Amino acid sequence: MRTVEDIQFKEPALRVAEAMPVKRPDASLNHDLPDIEGEKMVLNMGPSHPSTHGVLRIVLELDGEIITKAVPDVGYLHRGDEKIAENMTYTQFIPYTDRLDYLAPLANNVAYALAVEKLMGIDKQLPPRCQFIRVICCELARISAHLLGLGAFAMDVGAMTVFLHTFTEREKIYNLIEALTGARFTTTYTRIGGLSRDLPQGWVEQCRKFLDQVGVNFDESEKLLTRNRIFVDRTQGVGVLPKEVAIDYGVTGPNLRGSGFEYDLRKAHPYLVYDQLEFDIPVGSVGDCYDRYLVRMEEMRQSVRILHQCLDKLPGGPINIPDNKTILPEKKMVLTKMEELIHHFILVTQGVNAPPGEIYFGAENPKGELGFYMNSRGGGTPHRLKIRAPSFVNLSVLPRLLPGAMMSDVVAILGSIDFVMGESDR
Amino acid sequence: MTVNALELANKLIARFGELFSQPAEFRGEVTLVCNQPERIQEVCEFAKKELGFDYLVDISSVDNYGEDPRFTIVYELYGYGHRCHLRLKTSVGEENCELPTVTTVWRTADWHEREIYDMMGVRFRGHPDLRRILMWEGYPYFPLRKDFPLAGKPSELPDVAFSKPAPLEGGPFVTVAGGKDTIAREPRVRVPETQSLETNSRLERRADIRRAHEPDTPSSHTS
Repeated sequence: MRTVEDIQFKEPALRVAEAMPVKRPDASLNHDLPDIEGEKMVLNMGPSHPSTHGVLRIVLELDGEIITKAVPDVGYLHRGDEKIAENMTYTQFIPYTDRLDYLAPLANNVAYALAVEKLMGIDKQLPPRCQFIRVICCELARISAHLLGLGAFAMDVGAMTVFLHTFTEREKIYNLIEALTGARFTTTYTRIGGLSRDLPQGWVEQCRKFLDQVGVNFDESEKLLTRNRIFVDRTQGVGVLPKEVAIDYGVTGPNLRGSGFEYDLRKAHPYLVYDQLEFDIPVGSVGDCYDRYLVRMEEMRQSVRILHQCLDKLPGGPINIPDNKTILPEKKMVLTKMEELIHHFILVTQGVNAPPGEIYFGAENPKGELGFYMNSRGGGTPHRLKIRAPSFVNLSVLPRLLPGAMMSDVVAILGSIDFVMGESDR
Repeated sequence: MTVNALELANKLIARFGELFSQPAEFRGEVTLVCNQPERIQEVCEFAKKELGFDYLVDISSVDNYGEDPRFTIVYELYGYGHRCHLRLKTSVGEENCELPTVTTVWRTADWHEREIYDMMGVRFRGHPDLRRILMWEGYPYFPLRKDFPLAGKPSELPDVAFSKPAPLEGGPFVTVAGGKDTIAREPRVRVPETQSLETNSRLERRADIRRAHEPDTPSSHTS
C-alpha cells in the first residue's frame, strides 16, 4: 500500500512542461485505432446535473470517453435584471444584486454601490469607517464563496467530507452576516453613499473569534485534499488553461490567477482601502484544476489576513456620507425638520440625482471581475445598466477547455471553474 | 514606461484620423466615439496589436430609442501591460443594425456579441455562431429594447409546456395529483389494481379511506 510519503510531488516547472502538449482528441484517436472510426455520441449534460451547481446545460459530443466538442447552453436562470434596473431607482436595485452571485451577496452589494458612487463622483468622500466595513464585507463574502466552491468541487470529485467541513464554517459566517445585516443570504447591506447600519455591539469580537479558529478548518480541509492521491490524480493536468488563452477569453479572478497570471483588481486598481492593507496574490503555475484549487485555498487565508488588519485598524466615526441628498436623513430629523423631510421625500420617490454620463466599474469579486457599466441621462434611474458577470465570461471558455478531456473530467473542470448561474444568466 | 489612457487614445486618433471624435473624459475614464461602425474591427485590431489592449472587459449595448442612430455598442478595453482602460463607442441605425464582429480580435467577444444580438437585435457580421444565448431559440422579441415592455409580451413557448403525463405518473411511489388533501395524495394509500380488495381487509380499509377523500370529479392530467 502506498503511503502519503510515496506520492511524488513534481516541481511546478516540470508540471508545466508535462502539461503543455495538451492532449488533442484526434491525435490520440488516430494513433492507436486508425480503422475504428465509430459514430460520435451526443450527450446532454444538465440543466439539472448535480455538478453544474445550478442550471447549466452542456451538449457534449463524445468519441468513446473523450470529448470532441462541447456547447454550453446558458440562460435557464435569466430574469432580466438589466431590464429591471432600467425601471427603478439606483437604490431600489440593490436587493437585485444580492441575487447575482448568490454565494457572495455582500460583495455584490459593495461592488454595485461603488459603481453608482463612481457615477455620482462621491466615491472619494466615503468615510473611512464605511470603507473598512465594506472591505470586511467583501472578504467575508470571499471566504464564504470559496468555502462553498471548494466543498462542492471536492464533493464532485468524490471527497464528501470536505463539503461538511467547509459548510460548518460557512454557517458561522452566515451567523456573522445575520448579526450584521439582519439577513443571511439576501443582505442588501450597502446604500448609495454608505451602509444600511453600523456594526452591532460585540460584532468585532465575534468576528475575531471566528477568524482565530477558521484557520484550523482550512488546515483540515487542506489535509483532506492537497496530498490526497485520488484528488491529485483527478485534478492535476486536467483542464489546463494556458495564460494566453485565459486572457484571450477574458477569464478573470482565481481562474486567471490559477493560470499563472498575477492580476487582482484589489492590487492593480485598489478601491476602498485595499491600498492600506497587506496581502499577497496567490498564483498557480500550470493552470489546471489543481492550481485553481490551490489558489482559492490560499486566497481564503489572505482574506483572513485582510480581515485581521481591518478589525485592528477599524476607525470610528460616521458610516455615511454627510449629504442628505444622497443618503436618507435620520428619521428623527425627517419628523422635525422641513428640509430633511423634503430630502427624504425626493430620495424615496425619485432616487439620488446622478449626473449624465457613463462609467464602468469593476470589482474583484470571489468569482472574478464583477463590472457594472452605467449609462445615465441624469436623474434617479439608469438609462442602461450592464452587468459584466464574471461567471458568464468564465463559462465561455468551456468550448475551448473541455475538448480533449475525458467525460469524467467534466465535473472536475466545472467544479474548479466555480461559477454561479444566477450571475451568469442575470 | 507609464502611459495613460489619453495618450493611447491620441495614438488611435493619430492612426485613424477623422474616424474619431475628440476623446471625452468622465470620472477618469476616456471614451472615444468611432464614426464608422464598419471599421470597428480594424480599430480593435490596431488597439490590441499596437497599443496592447489585450483584454476586452465587456461589450455593452445602449438603446437610444427615438434617436438616430438608435443603438450604441460600447467596448471596454483594458491592457494588462499598461493597465489603462479605454472605452470605444460606435453607433448603428435601426434599419441596418449590423457591424463587423471582433471575435477575431478577442475570443471573449463571442458570448458578449451573442448576448447583444439576443437582447438588442444587433447583428455581428462574421460571428462564428450568432445564436440567442439567454433567451431560447425561436423567441421573437429583443427584450432590452426600450419599446419592449417591462412586463414582457406573451409568446409561444416551443417545447416548454408539455401535456403528456409525467413519465412516472401512476407509479408506486408517485403522489397522485389533484387529491384534496395529503391523505388522498399519499401514494402508500393507493391500492394496486391487480389485487383483490375483497380478500384483504386491510387494503379494504385503506380503500375506504381513499374513497372518502376522493375529489368529486376525477381530475384529468392535462396540465
